[in-house]
Amino acid sequence: MSSGITRADVEHLAGLARIELSAAELDRLAADLPAILDHVAVVQEAAGDDVPAMSHPLPVDNVFRADEVRSSLTPDEALSGAPESEQQRFLVPKILGEE
Amino acid sequence: MSERQRTNSSMTDLTRLSADQAARAIAAGETSSVELTQALLDRIEAVDGDIHAFLHVDADGALAAARASDEQRATGSASYLSGVPIAVKDVFTTIGQPTTCGSKILEGWIPPYDATVVAKLRAAGLPILGKTNMDEFAMGSSTEHSAYGPTRNPWDLTRVPGGSGGGSAAAVAAFETPLALGTDTGGSIRQPGAVTGTVGVKPTYGGVSRYGLVAMASSLDQAGPVTRTVLDAALLHEIVAGHDPMDSTSIDAPVPAVVAAARRADVKGLKIGLVRELQGEGFQAGVQARFDEAVGLLTDAGAEVIEVSCPNFVHGIAAYYLVMPSEASSNLARFDAMRYGLRVGPEGVEDPSAEQVMAASRDAGFGDEVKRRIILGTYALSSGYYDAYYGSAQKVRTLIARDFAAAFEQVDLLASPTSPVTAWPLGDRSDDPLAMYLADVATIPANLAGVPGLSLPVGLADDDQMPVGLQFLAPATADDRLYNAAAALEGLLEDRWGGPLLAQAPALEGVAR
Repeated sequence: MSSGITRADVEHLAGLARIELSAAELDRLAADLPAILDHVAVVQEAAGDDVPAMSHPLPVDNVFRADEVRSSLTPDEALSGAPESEQQRFLVPKILGEE
Repeated sequence: MSERQRTNSSMTDLTRLSADQAARAIAAGETSSVELTQALLDRIEAVDGDIHAFLHVDADGALAAARASDEQRATGSASYLSGVPIAVKDVFTTIGQPTTCGSKILEGWIPPYDATVVAKLRAAGLPILGKTNMDEFAMGSSTEHSAYGPTRNPWDLTRVPGGSGGGSAAAVAAFETPLALGTDTGGSIRQPGAVTGTVGVKPTYGGVSRYGLVAMASSLDQAGPVTRTVLDAALLHEIVAGHDPMDSTSIDAPVPAVVAAARRADVKGLKIGLVRELQGEGFQAGVQARFDEAVGLLTDAGAEVIEVSCPNFVHGIAAYYLVMPSEASSNLARFDAMRYGLRVGPEGVEDPSAEQVMAASRDAGFGDEVKRRIILGTYALSSGYYDAYYGSAQKVRTLIARDFAAAFEQVDLLASPTSPVTAWPLGDRSDDPLAMYLADVATIPANLAGVPGLSLPVGLADDDQMPVGLQFLAPATADDRLYNAAAALEGLLEDRWGGPLLAQAPALEGVAR
């Protein structure tokens, strides 16, 4: 598979990743990414279909702990890094679009 | 007077002590933790303007912990390393100290909780001197991608200290601290160790808790020691390692006996494999020469050295630069400007939506390399490309793990140069991401497979007089083998050098002023 990644593709990906890139940043990434993708594309030829995928070095099992009351962050601690807060809640910009 | 003469002529330079020496001096009543901590804070004050290893120095907190350690020692209940100061990479959360990960998006953030490893350091009585510089979110091999400016290599201030943990390695090399904590996702402990003449260890994946370690690539990240001696690394390893209920990927098994192994230091009868694919072409002549010489010393000391082939290692960088950005693009989604971190509104938008604020904040807060990797990861995970990129990379990961398994059927340990090159001049690779990525060719396979690795200094390259590192790799959970072999080689090398390699480093006070 060739990595014909275009400036429009980069703009779309930036939208998916929620990063508002400037025109200059889009130009630069559109120039960088094809070379990187060409380099990493060798993985497509390296392994046959019979090779299983490895997502993690260890067998990942779900881990349960006892359901008991423990101390945790106070509301003030939890909100200590918040850009804005109100009435012990995180204050965020509007999350719904124009009606 | 050279630094070396000063060391030899003066017993009072506490900054030159290894952690083990300092622990023994404190226990013997020859010095106190307060005295040692103050000496290191003075050293930081004197040289860090040139090195820029620290993003934050917590003199008051360190001295308070030192006093507490001295008081505890008076009651006879202090741990072995109690009172010996440490620096912590700015990727670990610390109550009361900023944690930026080298990023503007976390500027000024003070975490409300300690990373498990930080809590363990505090419990063991180690004063925390401050937080060390790093490539933004640990993405880089030179520390030039820090949003707060680069760290400089104590051996030559015009060169990089490696990365991403260049701050921790440089702080240790510049005698600003005997101990530091780093993280290694593709080589970020071992490669800075190699290019600064220090010791760096990436433990077995899962050997050390990741709780409170700001994640880049969760299946690769691992915390570990950064020190000047192999024994110091083992002593620190023993403190921070072990199962943590807060990290479901931490191994629930006893910590390997690393300190005992470092004290054993005997390679007689050990089978060591040289990885054919990690030497020769692409490796600087001065690096290869020091590596070959060190291998000769191991052979002379009774190790059996053979060449082994790990044919799939050549695909390591390609697989890594798909797996890592994929995981990073997901992990870094948490920086959404809602609960903590930078929040900026988009320009010229009245009453912006949360999504617009998120996108504007992430553009303002993330640097170029972070954006590059997030976009790359988003691409590799996107529908239609997932199987070709992320899926294929995961299969290569299996092949690399199989290469390790086959090699460890023949040998006890593998060895290679840690970095193909010595420290390069600042700015040389910062505009060429691919050239930067190639610096990790020898370190990446261990992260992909989850096996432990250790880098130690083996001399200076003839071509540029900069430090060279040798890397040992062991099977998962056999971290003790690394320490045994590395301590043996360190002893053989120091016999030749007449002391530690770092005694040959230039004096730093006022160099660039």
